[in-house]
Amino acid sequence: MDIFFPLGWFAAWLAGALGIVPGTSLWDAVTFFVADTLKIFLLLAAIIFVVSWLRTYLPPERIRKLLARQHKYVANVLAALLGVFTPFCTCSAIPLFLGFVEAGVPLGATFSFLVASPMVNEVALVLLFSLFGWRIALLYLASGLAIAVLSGILIGALRLERLVAGFVKKAEVIDAAALPKLARKDRLDYAKAYTLDILKNVWLYVLVGVGVGAWIHGYVPVDFLARYAGADKWYAVPFAVLIGIPLYSNAAGVIPLVSVLTEKGVAMGTTLAFMMAVTGLSLPEFMILKKVMKTRLLLIFAAIVGAGIILTGILFNALL
Amino acid sequence: MKRKIQVLGSGCPSCKRLYEMTKLAAQELGLDADVEYVTDVQRILAMGLMSSPVLAVDGKPIIVGFVPGSVEKVKELLKALPPVGR
Repeated sequence: MDIFFPLGWFAAWLAGALGIVPGTSLWDAVTFFVADTLKIFLLLAAIIFVVSWLRTYLPPERIRKLLARQHKYVANVLAALLGVFTPFCTCSAIPLFLGFVEAGVPLGATFSFLVASPMVNEVALVLLFSLFGWRIALLYLASGLAIAVLSGILIGALRLERLVAGFVKKAEVIDAAALPKLARKDRLDYAKAYTLDILKNVWLYVLVGVGVGAWIHGYVPVDFLARYAGADKWYAVPFAVLIGIPLYSNAAGVIPLVSVLTEKGVAMGTTLAFMMAVTGLSLPEFMILKKVMKTRLLLIFAAIVGAGIILTGILFNALL
Repeated sequence: MKRKIQVLGSGCPSCKRLYEMTKLAAQELGLDADVEYVTDVQRILAMGLMSSPVLAVDGKPIIVGFVPGSVEKVKELLKALPPVGR
């Protein structure tokens, strides 16, 4: 039972009102576009609002305190889970990274957080849920968390602390009491402001992404892409990851687009790997993080996460 | 005594937006204050904070980690401050 069926009716009504003949490619494209964008925007607004409201209870300053006290593997898992709830704007990358390391959060756990936070976030999950269903959204969530935890553990085991030395001064753990007190109204205000901000940033990408997607949906034959990017093509996953790296800011537009590519024959694992690369490996984030860590550490980080994403993609191509 | 209003951030667009909003809010309220834009991330960390942007008055953070929806909200927060010298 699809609770979004009224949107389909509305889309059909609108297309009819515009004088489009049912059953044509144009009809397909227009109804798909209208129903999908409405559904995505409704879900985005609702989920981002709830998540950002919850987040006011878990600011990074408090997360840092939680993580600094944990056993190392527990810290990795916890860091990845908390990363899901925490927004990660590239602006905050440096204070976040330095703040964790200064407070004595293990380097591995810090990286688990750095991987999970941008890769597994509510915007990506909402888009995946609306366009692929809850199974794929869950699969993305689980594999994103697994990559974050494992690459964090690996980086921790490599003992690379010296590659951040010089940037970080050890400081005592400062209490989160410095944070301004928030009343319930402040939390709701924050959630509202944050939701509007995100929607303002992504609406155009979603429209363009779904728009191009709708066009492909209506006009490009099914399985057209299977011969270039089907599950039997070994190079599809690494190639998808490589083109995903510079596409960070377009994550909101990329997901609607790839959903249609999947329909036209791109294998599911390839699609998931592509999305993970778009969100998890971002060039602008690397440029900023370069200021606080040696290039070697950054490359090791990118290589480990990249390899994790490629393996996940290949695994899902084989399984799904 | 003059108030010291600071906007701290890493120089990203949203930090700059908060700085512009704060300047406008202080001006519209006719506050006797300097509004300063600080891009040294270590200063944020020294306050025990990790998210940018931060709006601090006399060294005390009043907004952490987000840009309010309107200048009105910033004015509201600045108006709610206790008088100078307490």
